[in-house]
Amino acid sequence: MSVAAAPAATAAVPALAAEGLSIAFGGLKAVTDLTLIVPPRGLHGLIGPNGAGKTTAFNLLTGVYRADHGTIRLAGERIDGRRPNQIARAGLARTFQNIRLFGELTVLDNVRVAGGVRARSGFARTFLRTPLYLAEEAAIAERSLELLDVLGIGHRAGEQAKSLPYGDQRRLEIARALATEPKVLLLDEPVAGMNTHEKHAMRALIQSLRERFGVAILLIEHDMGLVMDICEHITVLDHGCTIARGKPAEVQQDPAVIEAYLGAPESDDLDAGAGGAAGEGT
Amino acid sequence: MKSLAERAAAHRPPLAKAVVWSAWPIVAALGIAYLIQIALAPALSDFHGKLLVDIGIAIILGVSLNFVNGYAGQFSLGHAGFMAIGGYTAAALVFYGGLKLFGVPEEGGISGLHGGFLGPGELLLLAGCLVGGLVAALAGWVVGLPSLRLRGDYLAIVTLGFGEIVRVLLQQTDDVVTDPAKIEAAGPLELADHLGGGFGFSFTPDYVDPKNPFWVWLFVVVVLLAAYRLKMSSKGRALLAVRENEIAAEAMGIPTTRVKVNAFVVSAFFAGIGGALYAHELGNSLRPADLGFQKSIDLVIIVVLGGMGSISGVVVAAAGLTILPELFREFAEYRMIVYALALILMMILRPNGLFGIREIWELDVWKRLFHRRAR
Repeated sequence: MSVAAAPAATAAVPALAAEGLSIAFGGLKAVTDLTLIVPPRGLHGLIGPNGAGKTTAFNLLTGVYRADHGTIRLAGERIDGRRPNQIARAGLARTFQNIRLFGELTVLDNVRVAGGVRARSGFARTFLRTPLYLAEEAAIAERSLELLDVLGIGHRAGEQAKSLPYGDQRRLEIARALATEPKVLLLDEPVAGMNTHEKHAMRALIQSLRERFGVAILLIEHDMGLVMDICEHITVLDHGCTIARGKPAEVQQDPAVIEAYLGAPESDDLDAGAGGAAGEGT
Repeated sequence: MKSLAERAAAHRPPLAKAVVWSAWPIVAALGIAYLIQIALAPALSDFHGKLLVDIGIAIILGVSLNFVNGYAGQFSLGHAGFMAIGGYTAAALVFYGGLKLFGVPEEGGISGLHGGFLGPGELLLLAGCLVGGLVAALAGWVVGLPSLRLRGDYLAIVTLGFGEIVRVLLQQTDDVVTDPAKIEAAGPLELADHLGGGFGFSFTPDYVDPKNPFWVWLFVVVVLLAAYRLKMSSKGRALLAVRENEIAAEAMGIPTTRVKVNAFVVSAFFAGIGGALYAHELGNSLRPADLGFQKSIDLVIIVVLGGMGSISGVVVAAAGLTILPELFREFAEYRMIVYALALILMMILRPNGLFGIREIWELDVWKRLFHRRAR
């Protein structure tokens, strides 16, 4: 009985569970009472109009900001209150909306930086090049090159990161995040500024990551077509508040979501609408 | 995809191979320093020999500063402070310790040398270098811990203040005790305050001279090796990542504050060794005024000119900026004007220094030359 219950219990532990997150900057409530539950290998979307608090939510999850209220659990383990580097090592990796690569370093080194975080060799081993150090460095290089190949930018490994075309920089951001061996991957607008062809390739890529790396993905994206297509579950923010959550089809129909995106009907429309609604009601 | 830990096991090299791999550069370092000592130094005039030693010390200090200003991208203006700490620690250890351990040398009085090449005095110098480096590293940790939470200009101001504090404290110390009997009688702590004050610690035995560049060049090779191995490693890449984008580095799991403090400690350690060698060089007097702000600026210029993060670039700059003032001695007063102009030009034309973070052999020039020849 208990043996049978144990796997069920572990399966029930969400990869990422943020509950009741709130933060205010002075008088501005940037995020209010946000709850996000992403199951293992889940693919969830976080959408909302500009300034809705999506990136703030990412910054809360990754420890850049400390939440005023709420808890964050990564595979059951509390991570709120930790520093960003500790959260990253606990298994929560992210990409940045405004790309933040290590520009002067090569593409390969960008990924190796992130992979090196999992290495155990310290300064002494580094200076002496002990067997453990050599083994780890070889493993980091090997894994980094494989990651670049998976992301389709292996042929650019030796180039400087800042010289990459825009789309490849986004891919490199993802490769770098994956190099930290995350349990959960936060993608901040991965297809922003891409053309249709690039978007298609990126969509296939994002979907393949779950199988390949066993990660859960939380996605911020403005491209509704992509979000509705690939996400299993969507949370909609507006002015920091959660106005809707559910399956893509449900969210699409939600009047609050439509209002947030398209605006409230204008005043004379409103009267007519109210009358119409009342008429329908009777 | 397989995790790092799973892969690392498969890549473990056999122990014998690893020992050779780990140790050969250290053996090579000893060999190179010994060759310079027995083959190169005797062939040089005193002038050129002194230049060779000065270049070596400049390389040690420049490369060590490069850990902080180059790799980690932090702007330290207090490197001479660490140099002074290492220098004075070693000077006290070698001068007072030498007299206590071995008595007054037969030749040269209290400042005389204890033994020749690899003699007891030189081994004491080696100990002085290491202890001086360690004390400087400790100072680096103490300064780095609070101040590396600061950025840019603020860090520069704090480190500048640190350098000045060291200088002023050293000026407040008492005269050097020169009576062997008194030295014999005094305890180590009593002597620690007798470092010569504003006049400087002028009795240090001159173990480093134009005919004896062994220790300087041994440490040159060691610091170059450390710098290279660090730059090529995960630890080194973490430093470069902090310099390139601190927010992204933190988000990738790099503890940025700790990494910066570590860079400071390693940098201060080698600066302390550089200072220890400087203190025992023939013709140098160890005076607080010589190890003040001006010295720190000189070292920053070496790193900025050579390339923030380029080891070979810093070596070239250290050598160049040691040789050029000697060649143009009559224009010595204009040195700082030329430095300032060179820096301004550099900031406009090559803001990352001559070579940026790349090494000389990684420059595109070689590729272009090679390709032209291939055609």
